[in-house]
Amino acid sequence: MHNEGTLDRRAVVAELVRDPGELLVVSGLGSATYDVGAAGDRALNFYLWGAMGGAAMIGLGLALAQPHRHVLVLTGDGEMLMGMGALASIAAAKPPNLAIAVLDNARFGETGAQRSHTGHATDLAAVAAACGWAEVATARDMDAVAALTPRLRSEALFAVLKISPAEVPRHLPPRDGAYLADRFRRALGVAEG
Amino acid sequence: MAEFDRDTGTAFWPHALYDLLRGAGVSQFAYVPDAGHKVLIDRSLADPDAQSIPLTTEEEGVALLAGADLGGARGVLLMQSSGVGNCINMLSLIAGGRFPFLTLVSMRGEFGEGNPWQFPMGQAVVPVLEAMGVICLRAEHPDEVIPTVSAALTMAFQSGQAVAVLLTQKLIGAKSF
Repeated sequence: MHNEGTLDRRAVVAELVRDPGELLVVSGLGSATYDVGAAGDRALNFYLWGAMGGAAMIGLGLALAQPHRHVLVLTGDGEMLMGMGALASIAAAKPPNLAIAVLDNARFGETGAQRSHTGHATDLAAVAAACGWAEVATARDMDAVAALTPRLRSEALFAVLKISPAEVPRHLPPRDGAYLADRFRRALGVAEG
Repeated sequence: MAEFDRDTGTAFWPHALYDLLRGAGVSQFAYVPDAGHKVLIDRSLADPDAQSIPLTTEEEGVALLAGADLGGARGVLLMQSSGVGNCINMLSLIAGGRFPFLTLVSMRGEFGEGNPWQFPMGQAVVPVLEAMGVICLRAEHPDEVIPTVSAALTMAFQSGQAVAVLLTQKLIGAKSF
């Protein structure tokens, strides 16, 4: 029990970023980064390999800098829990072009699958709503994921996707942060020099 | 030139500093409020072309500024010295991504401090920032603020460095208790 989901994380992420077009994607460290990489490496993905708790705020800085693009932050429950204050900061800033999808397996998956706070007591969608997010959702099946996908790519939506805690093979996208940042800026056309 | 506006009792340099930052293309002002940054915060709130972003903890600002740079924007993190300690691991992001980073730190726990709880972090600001690869510059006199922040802007946004300007208690005054 412990509030566990059944969704296949790779299938969920493949759905969310299928034919991504100009979508700007930031992934939180650990499995979310592997999932986004496995769905297809591209210049407009910025993968985090550290900076735990920072994914949502990177998304905010990017969304404010690029108001005509949509930003999707894909991260895990542990990463989102560490940066939970960002939900209040983002709600205060109210960017219309930033969405967050939390891949919630109720586990700290990288470190031995210890149960996380979402597996104990915490509902991150309710936290986001209480912080002032107008649109929040929770998905437990692929039909719900499919329904949320276009919204995550066009609205200011916070979604919790209840994935299975089952481990999947690691897929390792590029990990040099300076390379990833430079590649991203060049693809966006904002690189200097 | 007088250092203070006689009508309001406030220093002139914070207004010149805001104009300097905006003139250098800084558009995102992120902060956990501190009295030492009051003018910059108020000016950013009143500026329709700037984004004024209150944070719940200072490390959010480190991540925010990395995101701003990914999107081609420039930002500054305004914080008190006590907030520096909240940023340490997140500065890995600045180092790893070689992001430009500019922060203005209003100091506590040094010259004339009357609250003993401010000393441990205030005295640790420079060693911990330097340990994480952030260059520290100090401004102790009103005349030093603009040239020091000008230098920091060049170092951050032309040379891609991480730079902190410490606005010292000698400059901004110690809080009275």
